[in-house]
Amino acid sequence: MALMLVKFDLKKRVKLAQTVWFMYWFAVMAGVLVFSMGLFFKIELRKRSELMDNNESHFLPNLLIFMGLVACGINAFGGKVCYDSLDPSKFVKWKPMLKGFLFCCMGFNALLLLTALLCFIMRIPLQFTLAEGLKSGMRYYKDTDTPGRCYMKRTLDLMQIEFRCCGNENYRDWFEIQWVSNRYLDFSAKEVKDRIGSNVDGQYLMDGVPFSCCNPSSPRPCIQHQMTNNSAYYSYDHYTEELNVWKRGCRYAMLSYYGGMMNTIGVLVVLVTMLEVAVTIGLQYIDSSLSTLVNPEDPESESEGWILEKTVKETFTDIMDKMKSMGKGTKVEEGGQAAVATVS
Amino acid sequence: MVLLKIKFTQQRRVHLAQGLWLLSWMAVLWGGVIFFLGVYLKTELLRRAEVMDNTEIHVVPNILMMVGLASICTNWVASRVCQDSMDSTRFPRWKVPLLAWFAVSAVLCCLLIAVVVLSYALQGSLEQSLKVGLRNGIRFYKDTDVPGRCFQKETIDRLQMEFLCCGNDNFKDWFEVQWVSNRYLDFTSKDVKDRIRSNVDGRYLLDGVPFSCCNPTSPRPCLRYHLTDNNAHFSYDYQSEELNLYSRGCRQALTDYYMELMNATGPGVVSVIFIQLSVLLSLRYLQTAVETAMVLEDPEGDSEGYLLEKGVKETIEDLKTNALTILKFGQVDPDAAEGSSEAADIEKDEKDAPPTPAS
Repeated sequence: MALMLVKFDLKKRVKLAQTVWFMYWFAVMAGVLVFSMGLFFKIELRKRSELMDNNESHFLPNLLIFMGLVACGINAFGGKVCYDSLDPSKFVKWKPMLKGFLFCCMGFNALLLLTALLCFIMRIPLQFTLAEGLKSGMRYYKDTDTPGRCYMKRTLDLMQIEFRCCGNENYRDWFEIQWVSNRYLDFSAKEVKDRIGSNVDGQYLMDGVPFSCCNPSSPRPCIQHQMTNNSAYYSYDHYTEELNVWKRGCRYAMLSYYGGMMNTIGVLVVLVTMLEVAVTIGLQYIDSSLSTLVNPEDPESESEGWILEKTVKETFTDIMDKMKSMGKGTKVEEGGQAAVATVS
Repeated sequence: MVLLKIKFTQQRRVHLAQGLWLLSWMAVLWGGVIFFLGVYLKTELLRRAEVMDNTEIHVVPNILMMVGLASICTNWVASRVCQDSMDSTRFPRWKVPLLAWFAVSAVLCCLLIAVVVLSYALQGSLEQSLKVGLRNGIRFYKDTDVPGRCFQKETIDRLQMEFLCCGNDNFKDWFEVQWVSNRYLDFTSKDVKDRIRSNVDGRYLLDGVPFSCCNPTSPRPCLRYHLTDNNAHFSYDYQSEELNLYSRGCRQALTDYYMELMNATGPGVVSVIFIQLSVLLSLRYLQTAVETAMVLEDPEGDSEGYLLEKGVKETIEDLKTNALTILKFGQVDPDAAEGSSEAADIEKDEKDAPPTPAS
């Protein structure tokens, strides 16, 4: 009892071949889409690699690029086979490798599904990478004269302006590091000496944030220095002040940006997987319908097509038996040789 | 004598029709491109409409959109004429519409040239509009509690951050305006009272700028207040400090941006002019060649195509007389007596026509 048996005459076979050929071309474009999404994701990661301390994992975009290329190749080959299936003389040369090709396709589809799953899971390591990267990035904010780190200030400022965020978790992260370079501090001033003396590491800490944290929607000109001192400004209460600086931390902002991107890519890869499964099934029907011609000499005779020759259970037991017999076959040979050796 | 005569065999006529069909579809495509360029330019102008005082500059994208649509229609008509030109039963119905088509096409080319000229000529008007708009924006920056003006602060802040500019001409424009709202000023403090008394209008002026003027590429954390006081900050010289704030004014920044946009559309517009002209000339040749072929005994034989049946001057004279005769049919006859100076033909017509009663 075959699985999903369908009767085919010549007209139906031709229609099937044409439809599957068409679908293969869509699948090639889908492969290109997966490739370009992988490329886009890779570029976006590279753009902000400074903020992730150059530690970010490029495994996922590389995998997407690889899968996209393989998908293009497999689907182009499948399309060619479909095109040739209409002509019995051309189809003969593809017949022997078709079974192997279909197995490859199934393996590829499983890998594609795994990739989609990874897209949703890789959010978690990304969170940790971002947290670490931002913390060290903020530490180098003041080092605008150190070669190799001189662009960190600009990168952080532009990122905070673009993503509308401040600090790692929130704006108070800026209170815990020195973000003003020593070159611009007057060490003879009392205020500077007090601040430096107030902590173990001798750092100039202040309750202020850089200008890039300022929120343009605030009705009031931005308050960036002495933020915790209510008496420093007229009619100011830093507990209730909400619109002055961005409330969101940059880790969450970037995570939601990349997370959204990965979710979209994951959904698209799932859709591509479904398309691939459909074309694989189509090719299986073409293969089975062309190998069960009632009259092999007459191309216009009827035939049957199926997904599996026997039911799922029987196919499974068949595969198990085959594997067992392969294992036993080697054993018997050894035994036979030993018997021959003892005889002679 | 005819203008620019060319001999056409049947083969050449067919080739001309096919080539012109392709060319007119290409022109339809380019017309669409021009339309979308116009839409894009208009959208960009509307986005910053809050800092512009008048909408004179909008005439450029409006004409582009109009010309784009008209070009799509006329070139589609041209492609239909090409298709009918090889069929002698269907071609004669295009005789009169083609005259209208030539007129419309010529008008389109003139409008496109006008667009190119206008985009340079209106630069001064754009600058003036931006000057007034930005000045108002800066003046109303502090009015975040006044309905209708409450978004000026956010608009100006985002504009300065996006276009990397500060103030109208430069950052000193902020020194002349009170940009801190009275709601956040402590009128009992000495500093505030001094500043308010220091000018005639009683405004709180300071030598400081909003945070959106800060330049992220500066190696130093942004200095926004007491900008003219060298002693207020360590190792700071007001005259030589360059990277602290944006040095460009927003008027200049916006004008440059829009001029760049319009220059970028320039090559597209010029190429559309060329394509339209070539469609016009080719269609004229096709029309004349096919018409002369149809009156021959052998329609498949050679014919001549030309641009104008008579010379340029004579054609203009003919057109004038035709126009006047058409006008004459709509008027009462005595008015025709005061004809124009080239009324020699008209007077001849008058003498030949039967006398009509005077009103």
